[in-house]
Amino acid sequence: MAMTKKSVDLTADLGFLKLRNPVLAASGTFGYGLEFEPYLDLEKLGGFVVKGLYYKPREGNPPPRLVETASGLINAIGLQGVGVEAFSEKILPELRRLKTAVIVNVCGADDDEYAAVVEYLDKQDGIAAYELNISCPNVKAEGLCPALSPRTTFDLVKRIKAASRRPLITKLSPNVTSIVEIAKAAEEAGTDAIALVNTFLAMALDLETRRPKLRNVFGGLSGPAIKPIALRMVYQVASRVRVPVIGMGGIMTGADALEFLVAGAAAVEVGTANFVDPDAAVRIVAEIESWCEAHGVAAVREIVGTIMVS
Amino acid sequence: MTIDRNARLREIRNWDDYFHLAIDAPEIGQEARPGQFVMVKVADGPFPLLRRPLSIHDAGANGVELFFKVAGLGTEILSRKKPGDPLDLIGPLGKGFTVTNGMKGKRAFCVGGGRGIAPIYFLARELGARGVQTTVFYGGRRLVDIPLRDKFEKAGIKPLCSTDDGSFGFGGLVTELVGLDLAKTKPDVLYACGPEAMMKTLAALAAKHGVPAEFSLESVMGCGIGACWGCVHRIKNESGDGWTKICEEGPIFPGERILWP
Repeated sequence: MAMTKKSVDLTADLGFLKLRNPVLAASGTFGYGLEFEPYLDLEKLGGFVVKGLYYKPREGNPPPRLVETASGLINAIGLQGVGVEAFSEKILPELRRLKTAVIVNVCGADDDEYAAVVEYLDKQDGIAAYELNISCPNVKAEGLCPALSPRTTFDLVKRIKAASRRPLITKLSPNVTSIVEIAKAAEEAGTDAIALVNTFLAMALDLETRRPKLRNVFGGLSGPAIKPIALRMVYQVASRVRVPVIGMGGIMTGADALEFLVAGAAAVEVGTANFVDPDAAVRIVAEIESWCEAHGVAAVREIVGTIMVS
Repeated sequence: MTIDRNARLREIRNWDDYFHLAIDAPEIGQEARPGQFVMVKVADGPFPLLRRPLSIHDAGANGVELFFKVAGLGTEILSRKKPGDPLDLIGPLGKGFTVTNGMKGKRAFCVGGGRGIAPIYFLARELGARGVQTTVFYGGRRLVDIPLRDKFEKAGIKPLCSTDDGSFGFGGLVTELVGLDLAKTKPDVLYACGPEAMMKTLAALAAKHGVPAEFSLESVMGCGIGACWGCVHRIKNESGDGWTKICEEGPIFPGERILWP
């Protein structure tokens, strides 16, 4: 008699948002989503976070914007993008037909711009949540951003949470002394979830010319090189806050994703892997499912936070 | 565009640091147009991490050919592949050169500098098949930098060669050679791929002679599919002179739209 394969319950629960599975595509690595349609079924993802949006279209940094380093990628794109208006008129109508969670990454040059972006997007349908990008290292000198201090984090999250009708995920920077302190500030200010980590402030130089390899000098490091540090930070934060945590940093495989879940993340974001394999996020979902089957895990939610620290 | 994870290296040969790969990848081969590119995975693990963008040197029912110069770790790993080795390609990507059936009887200048000759072969072949009178200019620093002369001749295209050091053909820059011919014959279109300085000079020459021109721009690329915004160049658009993605809107751009650094 053929055994019928028990299907694994892959759903993830952020409280304010139920996901088909715990795998989201990360902002800045997935365009506006539609770029990936030729390569994967967007409805097989838990969801995706579109590229960071400012109110107006934004020009970004001059090239070179990318440099590859050992098992990593440093980028200094500078959040080039179409702005809320073009996004809402041209792109969002296309995204609305998808049965998948569309999360919008919200940016601002100052607190007023963040508020204006949210105010504009609040009038649009088809957005599951906002991811508040307080942590891009590439738009101000020396990687300055609100996520570097508990005070600026608290103030901005509080203001945007009050201004918005949608759930708010706050995305933190790893370029801080105490990630837990910043996470707690975001939680106290009322964020619905915390996502971490954004990229690590980094640089590369050409020994022969003695010039920085990026025109912006500094950029943000992502990819497998940062995974152990990201995992540590996700574990630290998840064990100290009550709101759900979305973990990311160098996830390339289902096993990587599962490690973040075990460390306490309720969901994960896949970033740089999307560049290497445009269908990586869907492969990672399949790998999570296989692992759960092989380990007798009936629901992937059950493994969240099951790290054994003696 | 498709991800072909079952591609296979059929043949590899080299001249010094220049490598030619023939790859079985039928779906990509059948769809490819001159000027398009593929993203090639070089390693299975995380280092090197990113795929490498390589111009399609030729294409047909069986697959694609690539021609490149070893320029770093990625291309070096590719250069060590053996016939029968599996390859993982995404392609064909980007927008190619303008080649139409309506061009029959027209005259085209195709200019390749160094490894920039890669897409020029496919282009010249396709133009020839459409009855376009095609002149290929092939320039390099030294004789070793223009190894595809015989290949062109076998395809019935006799390239006008130049070397900067005068070791073969015209002694001097390929742009000087093109300039001499432009003074004699005005083509209907000029296409070029090569170092930025070469293309910048050709863009000025083409504009001076009133010849429409198309150029293949190059950049480090994160993804090749328009998602990372890493490969931008200043291009004139309706909305202004913005940073434009080479992978998605290019890599081929009309000369009058390119703002050279």
